Amino acid sequence: MNAPLLELKNIKKDFFGNQVLTDINLTLNEGEVLGLVGENGAGKSTLMKILFGMNVIRDTGGYGGDVLLNGQKVNFASPFDALAAGIGMVHQEFSLIPGFSATENILLNREPQKKSVVSEVFGQRLNTLDRSAMRKGASDAIEKMGVEIDGEMVINDMPVGHKQFTEIARELSKEQLKLLILDEPTAVLTEREAAALLDSIRGMSSRGIAVIFITHRLQEILNVCDKVVVMRDGEIVKDVAAQETNVTEITRWMVGRSVNAAAASHREPPESDTVMSIRRLWVDMPGETVRDVSLDVRRGEILGIGGLAGQGKLGIPNGVMGLYQAGGTVTFEGKEIPLNAPRKCLDSQLAFVSEDRRGVGLLLDESLEWNIAFPAMQIQDKFLKPLLGGLIKWRDEKAIADVTKRYIDELQIRCTSSRQKAKELSGGNQQKVCLAKAFALEPQFLFVSEPTRGIDVGAKALVLEALKKFNRESGVTIVMISSELEELRQICDRIAIVSGGRIAGILPATDSSEDFGALMVSQVV
Amino acid sequence: MSQNNKKETSAVRKVLGFLGANSVPVMFILICAVCIPISGFSPAYLLNEIVTRMGRNVFLILSLLIPIMAGMGVNFGMTLGAMAGEIALIFVTDWQIWGIPGVVLAMIISIPLSIALGLLCGKILNMAKGREMVTSYIISYFINGVYQLVVLYMMGSIIPIKHSTIRLPRGYGIRNTVSLLSMRQSIDNLLAIRVAGVKIPVLTFLIIALMCLVIVWFRRTKLGQDMRAVGQDMEVARDAGINVERTRIISIVISTVLAGFGMIIYLQNMGNMPTYSAHSQIGMFCIAALLVGGASVDRASIGNVFLGVILFHLMFIVAPSAGGKITGDTMIGEYFRVFVSYGVITVALVMYETKKRRAKASLGEQLRAAQQEGE
Repeated sequence: MNAPLLELKNIKKDFFGNQVLTDINLTLNEGEVLGLVGENGAGKSTLMKILFGMNVIRDTGGYGGDVLLNGQKVNFASPFDALAAGIGMVHQEFSLIPGFSATENILLNREPQKKSVVSEVFGQRLNTLDRSAMRKGASDAIEKMGVEIDGEMVINDMPVGHKQFTEIARELSKEQLKLLILDEPTAVLTEREAAALLDSIRGMSSRGIAVIFITHRLQEILNVCDKVVVMRDGEIVKDVAAQETNVTEITRWMVGRSVNAAAASHREPPESDTVMSIRRLWVDMPGETVRDVSLDVRRGEILGIGGLAGQGKLGIPNGVMGLYQAGGTVTFEGKEIPLNAPRKCLDSQLAFVSEDRRGVGLLLDESLEWNIAFPAMQIQDKFLKPLLGGLIKWRDEKAIADVTKRYIDELQIRCTSSRQKAKELSGGNQQKVCLAKAFALEPQFLFVSEPTRGIDVGAKALVLEALKKFNRESGVTIVMISSELEELRQICDRIAIVSGGRIAGILPATDSSEDFGALMVSQVV
Repeated sequence: MSQNNKKETSAVRKVLGFLGANSVPVMFILICAVCIPISGFSPAYLLNEIVTRMGRNVFLILSLLIPIMAGMGVNFGMTLGAMAGEIALIFVTDWQIWGIPGVVLAMIISIPLSIALGLLCGKILNMAKGREMVTSYIISYFINGVYQLVVLYMMGSIIPIKHSTIRLPRGYGIRNTVSLLSMRQSIDNLLAIRVAGVKIPVLTFLIIALMCLVIVWFRRTKLGQDMRAVGQDMEVARDAGINVERTRIISIVISTVLAGFGMIIYLQNMGNMPTYSAHSQIGMFCIAALLVGGASVDRASIGNVFLGVILFHLMFIVAPSAGGKITGDTMIGEYFRVFVSYGVITVALVMYETKKRRAKASLGEQLRAAQQEGE
C-alpha cells in the first residue's frame, strides 16, 4: 500500500514554555482537500508554519514530532526546501511585486531565459528573459487554475481578488507542486470570485494536488473539502469527513469548551444612559478595516468587542483614539470628539491600552516609574511641582515613585525595582505596566485592546481581575477588545461581535458560545 | 449639458494631473522660456553649447539610472566612481599617454578602483536600507578624505609620480589643476562634423547611444528583472529566492564603474582637471539634472536624462546673462546654479514624500466613499 502524501505524527510546539500545539496527528492523501478550521490562536498558523519550514519555528526552538512526506521523514531548513519538496503556500498577505505584471509575478525568479554571448562571459544573470516563454508558462498556470486573469495586467491595477489568483497561479506554475496550502484565500474575494476559487480547488484535486484549505467561511469547507479538521487550543478536536457534518456542528466544535468555565460571577448589566455613541465610523487600519460602525456604550458597563482576526475589531479603538485615519462621528458625554487627533481624546479623559504593547504602549528603554507616570505628566500635569511661580515645572520624583509602588503592589508586577527598564519585563508584566499607565490617568472611559494577547494564564487572570476591579470601584466605563470569546464572557456585560468590518450583533455575555460563533462568521469578508 | 461639463472637468483634471506630476520640468521650461529672450543669445550659440554639454554630461547621469532601478534612490555612489576616474587620469597624464589611447587606458585603470569603491559603498548601503541617499552622500565625503590623503600626500612620495608639471613644488602631492591638454576633446574631435555651424561630437554621441542601448538591454536581462523586483519590494524578492543584498551591491558597482567612465569623458571635454574639486559637486549637479528631467526618487528613464541635461544646462547658459542684464551682476549665475540644484533636489524629495502620503490617505477616502454609496 502507498504511503499517504503527508503525515503529521505527534507534532508539538511551544513558544517559550507556552504550549501552542499538542500531539497533532494528521494524514492527507494525494488529491485530497482538507479544510482546517479553528478560532484565532487555535494553532492553525503555527502548524502551517511548521509544515512550510518557516524560520520563526526554528528560531523559537523547533518542534517536536515528525513530518512525513510520502512516508519519508522530512525536516525543512527553510521555505525553499519545502518548495523543492512540492509544498506551496499562499499566505494571507500578498507576496507580489506591485509594479510587475501578473506574468512577471507568477514566474518571479523562475523566468525562462535565453543565453547570449554576454552571459557566456559574465554569467547566468545576464541572460535575457524569454518573454514569449514567460507568457506561455504563465498562461498555462492560469489555465490550470481555471480562473481567467489578464497576464499582462500590472498588480497595482488589479482588483484584490485577481491578486489572490495571481498568487495561486504562481504556486501552480511550479512543476513539482504536490500540496498547496491556502491560508484564508477567500477572505478578500467577492462571492463570485470565491466560487471560482472553489471550482479551481476541485480542479487541482482532480489533478492529484492535495490542498489544505484554511478559512472562516464554513460553508465553503463543506462545499469543497473531503474532510474537515477542527482545531481548538492547539489540539485537533475533530477530524471528520465533510459530508458527515454541518456548519452548526463545526461552530460548536470550534468555540465550545467546557461551558462551566465561563459565565462566572455575572451581574445584571447596568441599565444606564449612553456615555459614548459612535456613529458611522470608518477606519483605515491596514488589515483591520472598519466600515460603517454605529455603537452605543452605556455608562459604567464593560462592553466586549469580539470577532475573528482581520475583521476590524482592533480598528474601532484605534480609530476612535486617533491612531489611524478615521471618519464618522463620536460623541462622549454629549460632546463630539474630533477624530484623527489623539491628544483631544486624551484631554477628554479617554484612555487607551493598545494591543501594540511594544510599539505604542511602552517606552521600552525607560524605567517603570517613567512609563507609568509619563502620560499623566504630559496630559494632566500630574506629578509635577511648579517652581518660580509656575514658570518651570519640576518632576515630583517622590510622587512618581509612590504611585508606581502602589500599582506594582496592586497589579503584582514582578520586577526588581520601580526603576527597572520596561523592556526587561516579561510580556505579562509589561501588559500590567500598560494598564497601570492607563489607570494613572484616572480616565472616565477606557479602551483596552487585546489585554491578554501572548501572556500566560496566571497573568491573564490577574489582568482581567484588575480591569473588573477598576470598573467596579472607580465606575469607569471599559470597552475591551479581545479575540478570545471566553475571556470576554468572563468579565463583560455585553459583547459586540464584529464581522466584515461591521457590528454583526450585540448579545449579553450570558448567551451561548454557539450564538456568538454564528455571529463571528456571519459577514466575514 | 451636465455630461458635457463633466467631460470638460475630467479633461481639465487630466491636464492638471499631468502638470502636477511633471511640475519640475514644467517649471524649468517656463524659467528657460523667460530667460532665453532676456539673455540675448543667438539660437545657434545656444544649440552649440547644449550639444557640447550633452556630450560632456549625459554619460555621467546615465550612471545614476541603475541604482534607481534597484530601489536605491538617487544615489551619491557615483561620486566615488568619479574619484576613481580622476585618479586614473592622473596616472595616464603622468605616463604621458596621449589622445584616445590615453582616454581608453584611463578608463581601464578606473575599473578596478571603481569596483573596489562600489563594493565598499554597496556593503554600507545594505546596512542603511531606506536611507541610501543621505548615507551615500556622507560616504562620498568620507571617501573624498581618503582621496585627498592619496592624492595630496601619497602621490609623489609613496606612489611614484614622475612629471613635475603635475606635482606640487614641495615634491609630493598633485597640483590643484592637472592639465589634460594631451587628450583634450580627443573623443569629441574624432569623427566630429559641423552642421550649420554647430559642432557635433559624433563619436561621443555614439558612445552615449551605445550606453543607452546597453541600459535598455540590461533591463531585459535576468539581473535587470531581479533589480526591478528588489527595487519594488525587497521582502517579496527575498521570498522568491533573489539574493537581495548581492543584487543591490551589483547595482552600485555598475553605477560607480559607469560614473568613472563618465567622469573621464567629462574631463577630456573640459581639458583640465581641478584635482580637489572636480568630483565634489558633480554628484549633486547630475542628480539635480536628472530630477529636472522629471525623474523621481524611485523612477527614472533615459528620456529623463536627456530632457534634464538640456533644461538644466540651458538654464545655466542663459541665467547668468539674463541675471546680469536684470541685476547688473553676473555672479548671480553661479549662485543660481548651486541654489537651484539644492532647491530641485529638495523639491523632488518633498514631492516624493507627499505623493506617498497622498496614496496612503486615498485608501481612507475610498472607505468613506464606499460608505456614502451604501446610503
